[in-house]
Amino acid sequence: MAQYMFSAYSVEGAAHPEMTEEQMQQGWQKILVLEEEMKSAGALVFSGRLTEPDTATVVRMAEGDLMTTDGPFAESKEHLGGFYIIEADDLDSALVWASKTTEAVGAPIEVRPFWEMPDA
Amino acid sequence: MATLILIFGDIDVAEDAVQEAFAVAVRKWPVDGLPPNPGGWITTTARNRAIDRLRRESRGRDLLDEVAALSSDDGAGTPPEVANVQDDRLRLIFTCCNPALSIEAQVALTLRLLGGLSTEEVARSFLVAEPTMAQRLARAKRKIKAARIPYRVPSDRELPDRLRAVLAVVYLIFNAGLASPAEPDLCMEGVRLARILAALMPDEPEVFGLLALLLLTGSRRSSRTRADGSLVLLGEQDRTRWDRVMIEEGRAIVRACLRWNRPGPYQLQAAINAVHADSPTVEETDWSQIVALYDRLFAISPTPVVALNRAVAIGEVHGPATALALADGLELDTYYPFHATRADLLARLGRDEEAAVAYERAAALAPTDAERDFLRLGGRSSR
Repeated sequence: MAQYMFSAYSVEGAAHPEMTEEQMQQGWQKILVLEEEMKSAGALVFSGRLTEPDTATVVRMAEGDLMTTDGPFAESKEHLGGFYIIEADDLDSALVWASKTTEAVGAPIEVRPFWEMPDA
Repeated sequence: MATLILIFGDIDVAEDAVQEAFAVAVRKWPVDGLPPNPGGWITTTARNRAIDRLRRESRGRDLLDEVAALSSDDGAGTPPEVANVQDDRLRLIFTCCNPALSIEAQVALTLRLLGGLSTEEVARSFLVAEPTMAQRLARAKRKIKAARIPYRVPSDRELPDRLRAVLAVVYLIFNAGLASPAEPDLCMEGVRLARILAALMPDEPEVFGLLALLLLTGSRRSSRTRADGSLVLLGEQDRTRWDRVMIEEGRAIVRACLRWNRPGPYQLQAAINAVHADSPTVEETDWSQIVALYDRLFAISPTPVVALNRAVAIGEVHGPATALALADGLELDTYYPFHATRADLLARLGRDEEAAVAYERAAALAPTDAERDFLRLGGRSSR
């Protein structure tokens, strides 16, 4: 079994379709149903939705000093909106989950494998 | 059983292994007699079978490297059993053509690993430098390994889409060969790969449809261009130069596919080409049959390009005005044959100024010099 990260990206300034309260509820339901499916299949390791990029803080070492900056790391307009860590046998299986996820979440999903620790 | 699950962490592997071990026991024990420790025997046998299976599966990912080495090997090693090679080749082709890889990567891997071309040969046939192609192949192999693109034949549920992807790659390779005269000849490579696919998947009619299409299209190759590189339209080609051996084989396959009665886009396109191949002159072409075939093709593959080709055929039966009316409704502004077709129809209707504009538009979009020149000179009407 391998682990994959599904990253959902949001694009700053992208037009969001106007959604009624009911449509938003339906949207959430879809995601919850999918996550239940993933859990039952033993595929979901962890998932989470992140708050807005401007709530982020970056810490880094600069010439031996700790620097703290307000705002996200990426200077581009695309920011991580949320992610899933999924366990799957191979990429084909991971992509089946990913296609359900992109449908439920309504954002493109990047599927990237985690480094595999060499067997002891 | 629990011991095995503990060892392999995989219930399926353990279960299969135990079943296999029992199957062997049922065969062997009546003949060889009961072993001193039957339980232990089952466990040991099952464990060995499970190890074999895991080795085969993980070997798949490494096989890509092995096969690459094999293809440059002069047969110094012992050749594997034929049956295993067939299985492995089938798995290999679906791995190479996994949609998670870019089309360029799929094509390069297919040519290198299934076609057995050297990296240098693949590079040359696509007119890129060898290090560029080597990098492309290396990146693709890295992705296959790191992302765990599986080394297996897709399940029945996934097979139709995945097979379509494989056939598209082979078709692409063939068409790349048609467009450029580089060596090695990608047209012949395409046909060769299609033959390999047909041998590996004798129950898939679309595979045979593709092979027939490539043979019939390829049969016209030498009459497609003039000495100066300009294009010769189908209607003006010297049909005596069409390769009859390829045509005969293509037609035979089309007939066999008809009997199969599981039509698909490649089979229908092959059938259309067979109708052309059947007519000694363009005037004798059975255009009504071609229209009927395009009707069926459009029904399963309702793309604008198919609609355009259907319009051309309808034009031959019902005249250019009807065809133009059909063509005008299509959204194909960036597709140069669309403009070339409109231009030809306009010219036949005597609307020369509009025809000239359309030819210019087609020429601006044409991908090769030969086609650009041909169109700039006003296409069919210039010859």
